[in-house]
Amino acid sequence: MRLALGLSLLVAALFVASLLSGQAPVGAKESLAALIAGDGTPLSVVMREIRLPRALLAAMIGAVLGLSGAAMQGYLRNPLAEPGLIGVSGASALGAVLAIQTGLSLMFPLALPLAALAMAVLAVLLILMLAGPRGASITLILAGIAISALAGALTSLALNLSPNPFAAADIVFWMMGSLADRSFTHVWLALPFMAIGAALLASLGRGLDALTLGEDAAQALGVNLPGLRLRLILGTAACVGAATAVAGAIGFVGLVVPHLLRPAVGARPSALLWASSLGGATMVLAADIAVRELLPARDLKLGVLMALVGAPLFLHLIYKTRKEMA
Amino acid sequence: MSLLTLRDLTVRRGDCPVVDHVSLTVTGGECIGLIGPNGAGKTTLLRAALGLLPASGESTLAALPAALRARAAAWMPQAREIAWPVTVERLIALGRIPHLPRGARLRPEDRATVDAAIARMGLESYRDRIATQLSGGEQGRVLIARALAQETPLLIADEPIAGLDPAHQIATMEVFAGLAREGRSVIVSLHDLGLAARHCTRLMMMERGRLVADGPPGEVLTPENVDRVFGVLAYYEQTAQGPVFQPMRVTR
Amino acid sequence: MRGCVRPSRVISLIAALVLTGAAALAGTAPAPKRVVSVNLCTDQLALLLAAPGQILSLSHLSQDPDSSSMAEAARAYPTNGSGAEEVYLLAPDLVLAGSFTAASTVQMLRTLGIRVEIFAPAQSLADVPERIAQMGAALGREAEAAALIARFRADLDRLSATPDRRPRAALYYVNSYTVGDRTLAGDILRAAGFANVAGEAGLARGGTLPLEQLILLAPDVIVSGRDYPGQSRAEEVLDHPALRALPGTRVAGTLTDRDWICGTPMVLSAVEKLRDLRLSLEGNE
Repeated sequence: MRLALGLSLLVAALFVASLLSGQAPVGAKESLAALIAGDGTPLSVVMREIRLPRALLAAMIGAVLGLSGAAMQGYLRNPLAEPGLIGVSGASALGAVLAIQTGLSLMFPLALPLAALAMAVLAVLLILMLAGPRGASITLILAGIAISALAGALTSLALNLSPNPFAAADIVFWMMGSLADRSFTHVWLALPFMAIGAALLASLGRGLDALTLGEDAAQALGVNLPGLRLRLILGTAACVGAATAVAGAIGFVGLVVPHLLRPAVGARPSALLWASSLGGATMVLAADIAVRELLPARDLKLGVLMALVGAPLFLHLIYKTRKEMA
Repeated sequence: MSLLTLRDLTVRRGDCPVVDHVSLTVTGGECIGLIGPNGAGKTTLLRAALGLLPASGESTLAALPAALRARAAAWMPQAREIAWPVTVERLIALGRIPHLPRGARLRPEDRATVDAAIARMGLESYRDRIATQLSGGEQGRVLIARALAQETPLLIADEPIAGLDPAHQIATMEVFAGLAREGRSVIVSLHDLGLAARHCTRLMMMERGRLVADGPPGEVLTPENVDRVFGVLAYYEQTAQGPVFQPMRVTR
Repeated sequence: MRGCVRPSRVISLIAALVLTGAAALAGTAPAPKRVVSVNLCTDQLALLLAAPGQILSLSHLSQDPDSSSMAEAARAYPTNGSGAEEVYLLAPDLVLAGSFTAASTVQMLRTLGIRVEIFAPAQSLADVPERIAQMGAALGREAEAAALIARFRADLDRLSATPDRRPRAALYYVNSYTVGDRTLAGDILRAAGFANVAGEAGLARGGTLPLEQLILLAPDVIVSGRDYPGQSRAEEVLDHPALRALPGTRVAGTLTDRDWICGTPMVLSAVEKLRDLRLSLEGNE
């Protein structure tokens, strides 16, 4: 309970800090007053139309990515399972790019998250098929490399074939992710999918706890394994798909956050679900503040920062797994 | 009252039956040893009886909805899987999952059951240890306690005493026999025929998927059966300290 | 190829490439008969000034309606890919290149004994007559150039305005890019009677103007530059709802790359378009 309270306070504090972070040199009091007033002054437009959706998206995306990571790890019983690393984010980005490049998203805005979701479902299915029920580290990572590489190549291809001269430069955005200049349009586009996805994943807690004992024991404890698997696939795909459709592929959240919080919740997969969503929100909010404060006006990609934090941890985990297997 | 009835239960791998038309009934108060050489189909029979494997024929447990089945029988698989570094107490409390209302936390009665399971397996001093850091035998005892905490009329355990030291093997078999005296039943697969002969009220002997003998230890562990099924010659006597069964040499 | 029309590169490379002497050389040579242009801007200047039959080939981009204001006229000519090998095989007696044409290509052609005339991009409206004169001299069409310059100056004078109150405008491009006063686009904006807010943000030449800063500057009008086909995430900033949330700001008109990338008399149409926009704003008030 203390952990929940602490993380919630941290999220709230970072949310406010995110609202106050930006290129415009304006005081905190003034900014927040303009946010509440909403009187059409330039400052209130900045607060309401630029910073508020950005902070909301950072919190939402962080929460669902942390949650997805915790859920996948719980299901596969492998701390290396993470939507970004195993190619689900990359596949979502491909879906989003296809929806944009075919013009589908112009005719029908929901096509963007839907296409991302569809590709994410495909990627999760492939992963579960390739990695098997127990999700052995080696197959998981190899399958992830293959899916990421394929999705990345197809994304680059789609963007290179675009008649738009700026599309090729978008590759960086889709691979690394950024929240720069996102608007409420994106919030509303992602929110329903994230809500459904998060609800599905949140319902997995007890089943994931039982899976600590293995699939057989979990089933004998009354867990409906096929149903759990379906909720996991759809939930992860909805969360990661929606997040990627609006902000590009942001990796490592689902790896770093559950890893750091696991000891704090006594390694219980069910408790790790809510803890990781709060932790994910914390991490993405903090990272998005950092990209604005470290290199303002440079649109430093969120994924760059995430990888700088996440990749060393990933290496450490691989090393640890290797030692355990030896 | 029947806790489990199988009628012509058959599991095929390809065309080859791994479990071949097995019929049996388990009632309350039995401590049943399931014996047979490697590959006789013991694990497959138990999993199929629980409905964890597709099978033809009939199993009263497999026919139950998952939630009801979880309150009718507990299952301890042979693979001692503990995926996350949780404490022993938390791991044992997982056995309460079938009894918890949706979304509820552990209630006082659940805690009492967990405490009883811990006491029964003599794990009091392990309560706050991290389960993944225990030795294989200790993990085995923790997982038995977990199955006990499920508090079902029937407990099915696949080689639960493999890897335990002699004292804990005997203690565990006594726990099972104690459950039977309370009116619950246990089906336990095992390779130690001596322990089976001493502690079980009933033995079921499997050979190549078929149930070839089923009855009190004395009726099942006949020299002919032991020779034919296991290929060993054994010393088996009723002594002042109870039955003694000791395989002596290989017959083929 | 498209890279050569990107404003960021236009501006960042200008200082680096100052080639002198080429124009002086041109004055003495006899009028060339086989002219090949390998640059979008020299394509258009050559089309305006060349004698019939003088042009042998234009660059690929000359026929791209997104980049060239004279795509229609350019269709009458064969195009080239601007590579040294291809150009050499055309056996030209004059090659027209921009300062961004690959230095290796220019060097190779010169080594092979071909005259190459380099044109720097225009950074202001005042550069336009200079480029016209340079092209006239290179092609041996000085009289036509003089007439074109006179017409350009007269039209510019007619269109230029110095209103009492200059509406504050921002030129806003893909990836939050804006251009300042010391660019051709900025000069066009100024000639049309606007004040460029990029100056208030300290951007004389141009650079990234974060959306937040643009909103806080609250210009009277935001002129965006976009008309490329297809979609890109880089362009999404031009659709951001915040641009339309300011009550006093209009997002109006476009000043596309082809309107200002080359210093030709065609920039006058951009001046006229923006002047009309300013007049319509005043009419609304």
